[in-house]
Amino acid sequence: MTPGRPLTVALVGNPNAGKTTLFNALAGLRQRVGNYPGVTVDIHKGTWKSRHGSYDIFDLPGTYSLAARSPDEAVAVDLLLGRTPGETPPDVILAVVDASNLERHLYLATQLCELGKPVVIALNMIDVAEKQGIRIDTARLAQELGLRVVPIQANKARGLDALADAVQAAVADAPPQPVEFPAAFQDEVKSLAGQLPGVEPFLLRRLILDVGGQTETSFVQKHGESLGSTVTAARERLLAARCPIPAVEARARFGHIRSATALAVTRPERAPLTATDRLDRILTHRVWGTLVFLLVMAAVFQSIFTAASPAMDAIKAGKDWVADQVRSAMPPGPFTSLLADGIVEGVGSVVVFLPQILILFGFLAVLEDCGYMARAAFLMDKLMSRAGLSGKSFIPMLSSVACAVPGVMATRVIEQPRDRLATILVAPLMSCSARLPVYTLLTAAFLTEGRAWWVPGLTLFSMYLIGIVLAPIVAWSLKKTLLRGPTPAFVMEMPQYQWPHPKSIILRMYDRARAFLVRAGTMILAAMVLVWALLYFPAHDANGNSFDVQIHELREKAEAATGDRKEELEKEAAQLNGVWRRQSVLGRLGRAVEPVVAPLGWDWKIGMAAIASFPAREVVVGVLGQVYNLGKNDDLAEPLGNALKSATWNDEPGGTPVFTAATALSLMVFFALCCQCVSTLAVIRRETRSWRWPIFTFTYMTALAYVGALITYQVGRRFL
Amino acid sequence: MTLAELTPGRRGRIASVTGEPALVQRLYELGLCDGDEVEVLAVAPLGDPIEVRCGGSRLSLRKSDAHGVILE
Repeated sequence: MTPGRPLTVALVGNPNAGKTTLFNALAGLRQRVGNYPGVTVDIHKGTWKSRHGSYDIFDLPGTYSLAARSPDEAVAVDLLLGRTPGETPPDVILAVVDASNLERHLYLATQLCELGKPVVIALNMIDVAEKQGIRIDTARLAQELGLRVVPIQANKARGLDALADAVQAAVADAPPQPVEFPAAFQDEVKSLAGQLPGVEPFLLRRLILDVGGQTETSFVQKHGESLGSTVTAARERLLAARCPIPAVEARARFGHIRSATALAVTRPERAPLTATDRLDRILTHRVWGTLVFLLVMAAVFQSIFTAASPAMDAIKAGKDWVADQVRSAMPPGPFTSLLADGIVEGVGSVVVFLPQILILFGFLAVLEDCGYMARAAFLMDKLMSRAGLSGKSFIPMLSSVACAVPGVMATRVIEQPRDRLATILVAPLMSCSARLPVYTLLTAAFLTEGRAWWVPGLTLFSMYLIGIVLAPIVAWSLKKTLLRGPTPAFVMEMPQYQWPHPKSIILRMYDRARAFLVRAGTMILAAMVLVWALLYFPAHDANGNSFDVQIHELREKAEAATGDRKEELEKEAAQLNGVWRRQSVLGRLGRAVEPVVAPLGWDWKIGMAAIASFPAREVVVGVLGQVYNLGKNDDLAEPLGNALKSATWNDEPGGTPVFTAATALSLMVFFALCCQCVSTLAVIRRETRSWRWPIFTFTYMTALAYVGALITYQVGRRFL
Repeated sequence: MTLAELTPGRRGRIASVTGEPALVQRLYELGLCDGDEVEVLAVAPLGDPIEVRCGGSRLSLRKSDAHGVILE
């Protein structure tokens, strides 16, 4: 290491080895996420303040092996080898292994020993191993492996000082001894080294071992097809020499590991029945497992609606109170209207959904951490495979019910690029929490009163069902056309069940809540102000008289008058208000698109609200509030649901109501299927590294939404 | 006999792992190795995939992929 620079330590381990828990225990809140061009992998960097001073630590994505199969997986290898420009290679590699599944986890550790850096083994979950009767003689294991081994319990922050001691001491260690491969294999590596001078021996081994892997792909690209045939010939010679690829690697590594653990690890004669064994007898059972799965899903959804309502009511009441305070404290005029109608109502109507988002993300985090998500993927795989996807697509799709943004990000667990892309493209079809405001507003206003008790619930359920039914159909069509290819293998680890870690759950809920509030605070606020301005201006009629002032005068006269005269004046004021809104910038735009949206049963206001909600679906609620309530006498400003009920075509008092059950349903179906969400489009762009796919997603979903809304209205108005 | 043919609760010993090189490699990395004992724990509701245990690892794999795991 260079003097004066802090030591750099890289954390590497299998998924579920407790690597992230260890990273959080070491770095605390002193962490940030690093991005690398061309790949979607996030590498967390942090500072570990140990008793030997500060270390820079990297948390590499969980992996089972260094056999990179994609550019994403190659990031970790490049970083460890010091091939990433601008990043210092690690001084020490910290291999995090699960003590209760030692052999499997040491497989990766033996690969790490070939990188020419000191390796320290963090023997995590030592308590779990002990509970299973597995006794590990740490000193003996260290001696057999030729590595420093430190038992730790990352979730309880135990053993971290000893870990720091080992890391500090390891800096001066000679690089570990790699596992010995058969002589025939070593000879092939040597002869390849002659052709590719200067290439790390580690990469030469990967070049031979990983058929169609990332090393082969990038080397053949660089050195030409002839290298490809050289490698293929080497593999054929190895097969003839009874060293088949890739079995030769597994045999060599597991052979080495087993001879080391044979002397250092004692296991009970019969493996005791663990909690995971008992739980899996039920949770992956054909009947009971399915039943529990359905119950869990039902519980998640039920709690979103019921458990969240007291908090939501409180937020709603708070918002109304603030809006009232603003209206009573300030004189009527454009600024008050902007503040009360635009900002407080608009942003408030979105913040109301915070409790639901917290609950949903809390559930997802718990299900993920306790190990149930893999069981859900297991149970759902066959169903998903009919749509050309795999069980791993289930988790991103389920997450998309909360929000498509984390859902799209969760597709990183899917290894096959085509499956991953198909999942990304259909995940936004799942009904996310941002659609809920639209559903609940319209259902409460038009499909509750005077109808059977089950109508609102069924309506809501149907909205979710639309996405659940259409997403697999769209995925299937994509896999048959644009994303055609062979069905990839589906192999997945079923991790041990664990108690979720409250701190990590709360951290993630906090993260989501913050992201949501920031979104509400910026994008939605900006959209609200823009919509308000477009509805307010121009504020003068052809004769240069202010609409605001005229309406205000008419209302004052009405207040002074009595009987028929009073009613007449009020009617006149309402009509003038309608004229004002129709000639506003938004009104003119809206009337231009009215022919397009009329077949859906929408007037120009709904059309405009739908278009204005491009930044985020939930914006439509605020926009509807503005277009239907703005400019009304403050005494007449009413809950949005009632304002929608009393809305009439062309604002004629007593005219034909705009909203019928069919219109409400058509609007709901539109929002169930459209992709009015800048965040989703942005995350698709980020995850696919191309503008092509967000544009594709927006286009196909908008087309689907229009057709869906059209059918709903045209059928609905005949039957409802 | 292959792993796909085992019913839940039955065990076998792996003779060799065959199939697409990338899949074979992944199975090795996940802890399935020649000579190991493997047990089928459960079958998913629609008959596929299966849950298996090998050493300390529990895996889920589709029957089409499990056909490549040849038992002794």
